[in-house]
Amino acid sequence: MANGLRAVIDVDGLDEVITRLRVQGFSTIGPTCRDGAIVYDEIEATGELPRGWADDQDAGTYRLVRRDDEALFGYAVGPHSWKQYLHPPGELLFEVRRDGGGFVIEERPEPKSRYAFIGVRACELAAIGVQDRVLVESEHPAGGYSVRRGEAFLLAVDCGEPGGSCFCVSMGTGPGVSSGFDLALTELMSGEHRFLVRVGSDAGAAVLGEVASREATGEDLAEARRVVEMAGARMGRHLDTDGLPVLLAENLEHPRWDDVARRCLTCTNCTLVCPTCFCSTVEDLTTLDGQRAQRWQRWDSCFTLGFSELHGSPVRHSTRGRYRQWLTHKLGTWWEQFGESGCVGCGRCITWCPVGIDMTAEVAALRRPGVDASANPEEVR
Amino acid sequence: MTAGKATHGEPPAGSRPKLAVWKFSSCDGCQLSLLDCEDELLEVAEAIEIAYFLEATRAVVEGPYDLSLVEGSITTPDELERIHQVREASHRVVTIGACATAGGIQALRNFTDVEEYMSVVYAHPSFISTLDTATPVSDHVEVDFELRGCPINKIQLLEVISAHLNERRPEVPGHSVCTECKLRLNVCVMVASGTPCLGPVTHAGCGALCPTFSRGCYGCFGPMETPNTESLEASMEALGLGDPDIVRMFRTYNAWAPAFRDHSRLVELRMSEPAASPTGREDPA
Repeated sequence: MANGLRAVIDVDGLDEVITRLRVQGFSTIGPTCRDGAIVYDEIEATGELPRGWADDQDAGTYRLVRRDDEALFGYAVGPHSWKQYLHPPGELLFEVRRDGGGFVIEERPEPKSRYAFIGVRACELAAIGVQDRVLVESEHPAGGYSVRRGEAFLLAVDCGEPGGSCFCVSMGTGPGVSSGFDLALTELMSGEHRFLVRVGSDAGAAVLGEVASREATGEDLAEARRVVEMAGARMGRHLDTDGLPVLLAENLEHPRWDDVARRCLTCTNCTLVCPTCFCSTVEDLTTLDGQRAQRWQRWDSCFTLGFSELHGSPVRHSTRGRYRQWLTHKLGTWWEQFGESGCVGCGRCITWCPVGIDMTAEVAALRRPGVDASANPEEVR
Repeated sequence: MTAGKATHGEPPAGSRPKLAVWKFSSCDGCQLSLLDCEDELLEVAEAIEIAYFLEATRAVVEGPYDLSLVEGSITTPDELERIHQVREASHRVVTIGACATAGGIQALRNFTDVEEYMSVVYAHPSFISTLDTATPVSDHVEVDFELRGCPINKIQLLEVISAHLNERRPEVPGHSVCTECKLRLNVCVMVASGTPCLGPVTHAGCGALCPTFSRGCYGCFGPMETPNTESLEASMEALGLGDPDIVRMFRTYNAWAPAFRDHSRLVELRMSEPAASPTGREDPA
């Protein structure tokens, strides 16, 4: 086992890594520019990566901007996350056909591709871990997710260019990658454009072994450390996590919830871009003749009315109740349920909120005593 | 119009349930969606008897009808009478499209003076028999289900028919267009391009058609289940839209849908009172 091995490859070497993965039968998925953003899609070579692009992010706004170098990973995370591959927006669970008075369940189609993810950030590795706890390490593992996750190859990359909405340092998830990868890169731009590569698994070692590399020097290692340190010092945002679950639990009637409810659109964007939000619903579809039916799993969100519908009526009618449910679960009760925070500090919910609601600002406001904490007692839902 | 009162309960064994398609004030686009179901049309006809559908055939099977699809808004005294006859003859009434569910584009008349319009548009206004308003069907008779859209989505129409035939609730969620956009993995046009978009306050159903082609949502499916038009407007203003633009955005095919109607009126009121606070609401920050 060569875990912890460090080597250096150049851009051609990274191309060779992608080629080797494809030869092994992986669909290689990585960042690429589309529709004014850096999204995740199938890529075949480094030429499809967002070379020389950065992203300018803040609450409710995202713009691509040119860098003054040719970096391949010189940006933060975009609207997509690896969730869309491991826990896809829609998935056929099973199909049934009528058989006399009963019905027969038909075989579920095999989960598709083996994925190799190129350019997984530290916060995203943490997010995949969070979803693993929910969807794999539970009493009822999700079949499709478990298979795809088990087969996935993770090529991680240290973050050198955090975005304006990032706060991974606050959440202890980044910007450097520490574990849970097959291979991890640090992109080094001073002098020769190159990557320090760390090996995290046998599969990673096998791929690296097939690619031209050289041994890492002390200078390479020192520069890699600098890249990560500098990124850590340039976080766009900060979240004070001290005693957060207790703070939230003790402030369920804080007037700030009414304030955020006036701004919240209940549009679901925050939850659907969140790399840890895992909630889904099932939709049953029938053919017109009633002979066949399909059950689909589809992403859902705690911001829809249907999400909390129980025996005919939703239990969380108010926007206040829905926003509070989301934030208190994400940052508070997730600890009780899964033993960790549900937030990894990637900042997507802040950037992709059309009205720029910023959870770090909401928490900061909740830390200030409410003017009238007992206002609207009837609006507790 | 064929008579006959609907009796509740199952149709006789062996016979197909009867479908009727009715037209009121509308462009015909929504009922055309049924004919657009080219691949599925035969399947529909096998599962349900197309008993009254003048756009497709002059042959008329007498009522009562198990499922009536109603297109169009109520704009004339004659329609006001006829919609009650349709209700009477139908076991289940489903309104299809923005006209039937919200009054349609013709409900723009509701914000103004119809007499004045008639005098400008028609050479002999005395021949015109019309109501002062264009209103949704649900203002006049009980409606069992409302299918949104201008026009409706044919896949959703098939879903409504299929759900009716299989005695289940149609899978037609009331959340925002944003949810559909994210399910399609689109990049948000508002956040990434600064394009004004009604998606966050608009009812899903189109599959986020416009944002998929990098355009803002026009609100064709009307207000979503819990629309926060005031908050969205604040973002629109930040993108450079003025009050008249905001009024126009909310006054299209679903201008008379309560959430859109009330908001456009609010903005209009603000425009007529220049002394009031510039936004009419508190600054969220």
